[in-house]
Amino acid sequence: MAMTMTGEVALSASRETVWVKLNDPAVLKACIPGCETLDKTSDTGFSAVVKLKIGPVSATFKGSVELSDLDPPNGYRISGQGEGGVAGFAKGGATVRLLPPAEGNDGCILSYDVEANVGGKIAQLGARLIDGVAKKTADQFFNNFAEAVKAG
Amino acid sequence: MSGTGIGARVLRKEDFRFITGKGQYTDDVNRYGQAHAVFLRSPHAHAEILGIKLDAARAMPGVIDIFTGDDLAADKIGGLICGWMIHSKDGTPMKAGAHPALAQGKVRYVGDHVAVIIAETQAQARDAMEKIVVDYKVLAPVVAMADAVKSGAPVLHDVAPDNTVYNWALGDEAATQAAFAKAAHVTKLDIVNNRLVPNPMEPRAAVGDWDSGQDAFTLYTTSQNPHVARLVLSAFIGIAPEHKLRVIAPDVGGGFGSKIFIYAEETVCVWAAKKVGRPVKWVADRTEAFLSDAHGRDHVTHAEMALDASGKILGLRVKTQANLGAYLSTFSSCVPTYLYAPLLSGQYDIPAIYVEVDGLYTNTAPVDAYRGAGRPEATFVIERMVEVAAREVKQDPAEFRRRNFVRQFPHQTPVIMCYDAGDYDAALTKALEMSDYKNIGARKAESAKKGLLRGIGFSAYIEACGIAPSAAVGSLGAGVGLWESAEVRVNPVGTVEILTGSHSHGQGHETTFAQLVSERLGISIDNVAIVHGDTDKVQMGMGTYGSRSGAVGMSAISKALDKIEAKAKKVAGFVLEASPDDIEFKDGKFSVRGTDKEIDFASVALQAYIAHKFNGQELEPGLKESAFWDPTNFTFPAGVHICELEIDPATGVTRIDRWTAVDDFGNVINPMIVEGQVHGGIAQGVGQALLEGAVYDASGQLVTASYMDYSMPRAGDLPSYDVGMTQTACPSNPLGIKGCGEAGAIAAPPAVMNAITDAIGHEGIDMPATPLALWRAIQKAAPRAAAE
Repeated sequence: MAMTMTGEVALSASRETVWVKLNDPAVLKACIPGCETLDKTSDTGFSAVVKLKIGPVSATFKGSVELSDLDPPNGYRISGQGEGGVAGFAKGGATVRLLPPAEGNDGCILSYDVEANVGGKIAQLGARLIDGVAKKTADQFFNNFAEAVKAG
Repeated sequence: MSGTGIGARVLRKEDFRFITGKGQYTDDVNRYGQAHAVFLRSPHAHAEILGIKLDAARAMPGVIDIFTGDDLAADKIGGLICGWMIHSKDGTPMKAGAHPALAQGKVRYVGDHVAVIIAETQAQARDAMEKIVVDYKVLAPVVAMADAVKSGAPVLHDVAPDNTVYNWALGDEAATQAAFAKAAHVTKLDIVNNRLVPNPMEPRAAVGDWDSGQDAFTLYTTSQNPHVARLVLSAFIGIAPEHKLRVIAPDVGGGFGSKIFIYAEETVCVWAAKKVGRPVKWVADRTEAFLSDAHGRDHVTHAEMALDASGKILGLRVKTQANLGAYLSTFSSCVPTYLYAPLLSGQYDIPAIYVEVDGLYTNTAPVDAYRGAGRPEATFVIERMVEVAAREVKQDPAEFRRRNFVRQFPHQTPVIMCYDAGDYDAALTKALEMSDYKNIGARKAESAKKGLLRGIGFSAYIEACGIAPSAAVGSLGAGVGLWESAEVRVNPVGTVEILTGSHSHGQGHETTFAQLVSERLGISIDNVAIVHGDTDKVQMGMGTYGSRSGAVGMSAISKALDKIEAKAKKVAGFVLEASPDDIEFKDGKFSVRGTDKEIDFASVALQAYIAHKFNGQELEPGLKESAFWDPTNFTFPAGVHICELEIDPATGVTRIDRWTAVDDFGNVINPMIVEGQVHGGIAQGVGQALLEGAVYDASGQLVTASYMDYSMPRAGDLPSYDVGMTQTACPSNPLGIKGCGEAGAIAAPPAVMNAITDAIGHEGIDMPATPLALWRAIQKAAPRAAAE
């Protein structure tokens, strides 16, 4: 079951500062909702364990996260996939862009374009539930990230 | 007379136990020491299994054992079978891919069976299932039929490199071409018959049991045909020889076809019972039912109809793609072929018909028979076609049909079927009267004043029921004969037990079969018990589907009752000291013709068993007879349904205002039960037309896997039906019965869609015509008018 989400958040720091944080595993781990571990496996790769509750299904996804199309400080693509055992699987990615701020403002604008795909039991829960959870999870990530940027 | 004979509106005997919770369903069966099975199912539509790690799961509390496809293979347990051989038009046999009960190396749809976990409790089995790690190599799936046949498409089964099970054809292509060559008008239509999930109230379940002392198995299962299940499990899958395998289908809460088939779960449960030395129980949850019950319908069709200048149909050609899912289910191959194409002549005298059907594999659940099985798909095609043709040549749709009706019987169609009896004019005339068709113009004007679009739609359906003459279906590729068996056991006190190979899972056999006995023997239905669903009690039977239990099952009972009557007359002859030829039997009493000497049925039964009045060498004691009945033809129930509805163009919401059903089911045993079957069938047909649709997304995920996303009809979606009947007795069985179980589901979808397209003024809408789909269709046609 495929979903797409797009959005923007205004961040208080410069694109260069934000870029560093976007590449910092500790920051990413803190921002990904339910992320229990995020370990670097290569320059651009991580292994991850993420725990999510979707309606009645609670699942631990074990998988990998990969950064690609790195274009500092303009953006990258973050993609990942995880197997949740009986709960099914999730995979997806986001194209993240850092844009200059609106005139007269400091900081920068982070825009995201997410596509996600879920399968198995979580897909069977139905779009009504999954769409909401996916959107909430994406919102949470970027809100957490904005807070992390603000905190310096 | 007992007042409970043929034609009596007696209440259903079985309902007391059903509505008071006293039914005994498979989930009510609990065997001593029973363990519980759950199935690990594929989350992927198409994937290779590179490895399965079971160690962590095996170590979980309560786990007794875990099995995969390798274990079944090691025990030489065969795969599931498809029991009807279809040949492509080039003569090659259909391409049946292997269908292991647990996957071997590959999964082919979301819900496919990967492993079974057997534990002390179902909860423990589920917890252990979480610990199984399957290493999948995900493959690109084939979901849409249009994609399945593209070159380079992913391949499900190596035996079918083009994902094509068969390219089948029926009819005379040259004659049909000639008919089109002289046509004054040709009507063309693209038709989608949406995929449905069967949704019986009781999900599937199985309890497998093994008796180590006897080395014999018992399987309790939700089956519409326990004997066929035993035959397949024994002869093809190799669980045990038939005399070591007892199959019991106790109370079964609805089937609609989906419980005809022999599935992986019951196969595994009965096999595993011996492996673990414990009874093994599995009960599906509702989402498992959505995922793994065989789905219904799913056709994409292009049809063309040739007409002469007067509106007479000259020919019909139909090209259908039928989705058979990832594996061939038990009878899947015959549904879009021999249960479909032979019905495309409808109620009409069509000189030439040519039908091509491509059966295709996709990474979706298997598709098989669902209430009507092929006949609803055929009726949808022909009834949409005649409606659209009538509109195109600007003739009244009722009169257009009448002009083309078959009027001489028997009528041989160009597509196998020979209609034995019917009166299609009578049903149409009655339906037009009941529906007040002559005033439809005024009602449309009234609706228009309220800003609503009113439409009226016809469906003059025909179906082939009473399935079926064994030699006929054998010549078409069936692996079984479709007769039915019955045994009549008269007890010494005159009560009667009927053992039948038919299986009741909602049809009311315990009442209607008893009514036949009541009629024939002059005893109350309270003195008749119907025994079914147990292979140790009933020797052999073919089960219930295809509206066959009345026409075929009761005919077998009738034939056995003939023998009972003949034997009882002999007994009565000895008692009354008269020749059996002089004995008359009427209203439950045997009498000597022309005298006042008589004896009632119960007394004759007692005399048959005490055997004091006759010599055992002259006449065998006892009163028990059996019979097999093999029908001489299909039966052909037919009728006219008229749907009248209103659509709110602002919201796309449809409200069915009136429903007229006039059906010819031949002779009727219990009008109340028949009306109930009609009501339920229409509800299912309306569900298909307006609400239901099983949807897989592009990655092969079933996105309608619960009642949150799959909409079933509810009371509020349905009108109060106006049900009438006409009767032409069926000449092909002794009771003159045609069958009524599927009629509503067959008749309803085209009636609804013809009414909707009448209301919106164009044909650009497919089932299910949900409010959103309808609103869009209305906007597309006349955005301005709709906005006003």
